[in-house]
Amino acid sequence: MKPLWALGVVTVLCLGVVKPAPADTTVVPVPVTVGSKAFTESVILGEILARLSEQAGHPVVHKKQLGGTRILWNALLSGAIDAYPDYTGTLMHEILAKEDLHTPAQLRRALAQRGLRMTGPLGFNNTYAIAVRESLATRLRLVSVSDLRAHPALALGFGNEFMHRADGWPGLQQRYRLPQRNVRGLNHDLAYRAIAAGTLQAIDVYSTDAEIAYYDLRVLKDDLHYFPDYSAVVLYRADLEQRAPNVVTGFGQLAGRIDDAAMRAMNAQVKLQSRSEASVAAAFLQNEFDLRVNPRPQAVWQTLWRHTREHLTLVGSSLSTAILFAVPLGILAARNRRAGQVILGLTGVIQTIPTLALFVFMIPLLGIGALPALAALFLYSLLPIVRGTHTGLQSIAREILDSAEALGLPPMARLRLIELPLAARSILAGIKTSAVINVGAATIGALIGAGGYGEPILTGIRLDDVGLILQGAVPAALMALLVQGLFEALERGLLPRSLRASAQTTV
Amino acid sequence: MLRLTQISKRYGDHPALAPTDLRIERATTVVLVGPSGCGKSTLLRLIAGLVTPDSGTVHLDDTLITADNIQQLRQRMGYVIQEGGLFPHLSVQANVTLMARYLRRDRNWIDERLEQLMQLVHLPPDLLTRFPCELSGGQRQRVGLMRALMLDPELLLLDEPLGALDPMIRYQLQQELRAIFAQLGKTVVLVTHDLAEAAYLGHTLVLIKDGRIVQTGPFEALARRPAETFVQEFIHAQRGPLATLTGAAQ
Repeated sequence: MKPLWALGVVTVLCLGVVKPAPADTTVVPVPVTVGSKAFTESVILGEILARLSEQAGHPVVHKKQLGGTRILWNALLSGAIDAYPDYTGTLMHEILAKEDLHTPAQLRRALAQRGLRMTGPLGFNNTYAIAVRESLATRLRLVSVSDLRAHPALALGFGNEFMHRADGWPGLQQRYRLPQRNVRGLNHDLAYRAIAAGTLQAIDVYSTDAEIAYYDLRVLKDDLHYFPDYSAVVLYRADLEQRAPNVVTGFGQLAGRIDDAAMRAMNAQVKLQSRSEASVAAAFLQNEFDLRVNPRPQAVWQTLWRHTREHLTLVGSSLSTAILFAVPLGILAARNRRAGQVILGLTGVIQTIPTLALFVFMIPLLGIGALPALAALFLYSLLPIVRGTHTGLQSIAREILDSAEALGLPPMARLRLIELPLAARSILAGIKTSAVINVGAATIGALIGAGGYGEPILTGIRLDDVGLILQGAVPAALMALLVQGLFEALERGLLPRSLRASAQTTV
Repeated sequence: MLRLTQISKRYGDHPALAPTDLRIERATTVVLVGPSGCGKSTLLRLIAGLVTPDSGTVHLDDTLITADNIQQLRQRMGYVIQEGGLFPHLSVQANVTLMARYLRRDRNWIDERLEQLMQLVHLPPDLLTRFPCELSGGQRQRVGLMRALMLDPELLLLDEPLGALDPMIRYQLQQELRAIFAQLGKTVVLVTHDLAEAAYLGHTLVLIKDGRIVQTGPFEALARRPAETFVQEFIHAQRGPLATLTGAAQ
């Protein structure tokens, strides 16, 4: 009975997905899309930008916690988003490093050449810093970064971005001639837990991180002035000045209104007191601009339902498109050896491209959100289905093919009546593999704002909130099981009893 | 009925069949016999159009078989292989009637024909809904024969049809096949490596060795006037240990 029950649930969920949104009949001002990076401070600032845009009379979409500076930068260039908060240091030394920029005026010019603008500095400097535990600092008399030179055995851990960017660890090591060999890259938020647990002795932090006080860390003095200025600014597209001038004015008013302490306090409210970014942003706007915004908190089941819908849409549409392409490709591969090598080779290569890399490639073509995620999931789904079709057709015994041909059936009829039905089990198995992998892979779509169960997982990792991680991980696991059950039911329903897994066949 | 002219086939470096001529008269049973790998199956598959010849022609009556007309001509041929070559995903009934249904033959005609064939091959009706994997080897063979006969072809091609059966069932089916061939009066070309089976079923035997026809004729002719020593050797080898034992006892 289990599969029938599963089928019912999936049908109901699917109906929810295809339900059309209510049509908008009124003429509305152009919508504004705001982005933010995958850390709390950026999400708070993103919320502030979103509420300011709303106050200026524009409908707004906040693409929260997108996975990495490159993704946001490309999204801004391509127009997939209109604005996002960034830091002058990141822009000058990472994104536009080749331009050799030194002053804010030079940065402005470089941005203008790309059709971008930035506001004045918001007031706080969130630069990188190296932090150690207060107790260790006292014991080893660590005050400045230079003091690390005397302790080559220390285990260092850095956020993945800091680990590899030009103005991160490689440059720091060179400038201070640091001897440490035990250095690894990991998620920025996990680094705090690792230093608390004692597995790491020094980590990189952002100077406005709420955790510095919470974990009792000492920020080491940058005595050789290695870290550049990381003043926060709002980056936006120049065309926004025509499309939504009020919004741009609103962004401009933020300049100089948030100092280090204010930002650290807002970060602490979210990360340590479990308030939502929306409510912290609302409180800030209320205090600073006397703006009354009511963040409408969504009930857990509402967000769960939204994530389920988004996730099912991602999996369902990418998988069904993949089936439409992969089965014919598999047939072609089985028919023609040369084509088969090319097709299987190509789909295999696609499988080895890291998801994030694929996303970055796609942003210039497809922007951010569900579309590039769908395209990536589609590409990843091809291999198991192509391979299942190919194997299924190849493993049909020659006598069966001869019999079908000798009977006088033309090639297309043989394919339809004999070969595909005999390969059905293998094809279905390929589709099932794709579907289950897809449910898992779709969580990564949250990195480019595709929504789905990846969103609570990403937020949970960011806020160190296991409950939130489980809100994404448990439904994703359940969905994978459900999909598995659904396909097993399909197998029972579609295949004659002689072809089912239990039957002894001589195929 | 069938005329093969200078037909030949190679697989890579291996010549499966040297240029060969063969005439097969209407309403006779011709058995292609010889050791394994001698080319007898290749010859049958050339007739069925499952293999394209490197040279030579096959005429069915006066029609030259080509890639264009083979599809059509196959409806005049029935083809049976070892174990019947049944489609594992189709029931017995679906296997037998597949081509008739594909050609949109009249449903009543199909039902009547199915009934006739079941009687002909002695297949109990309760097996119609079974799948091939649920049948015995002998039953599969009967179903394979039914499927080949469904459209009432003039020519019946059988490739080692009884090869996989145990001796008792094999003997029973040999008797039934002989009766069926006699009753239907069709042209039959059958491949076997078993000389006794060939002698029992065939009007004419075609003995093949290394892709070449050694001798053609009724069994008695082969036994009395062997064209080569190989014919004697082949006949002698197939007498087997039992013949030697019973010979010694006398």
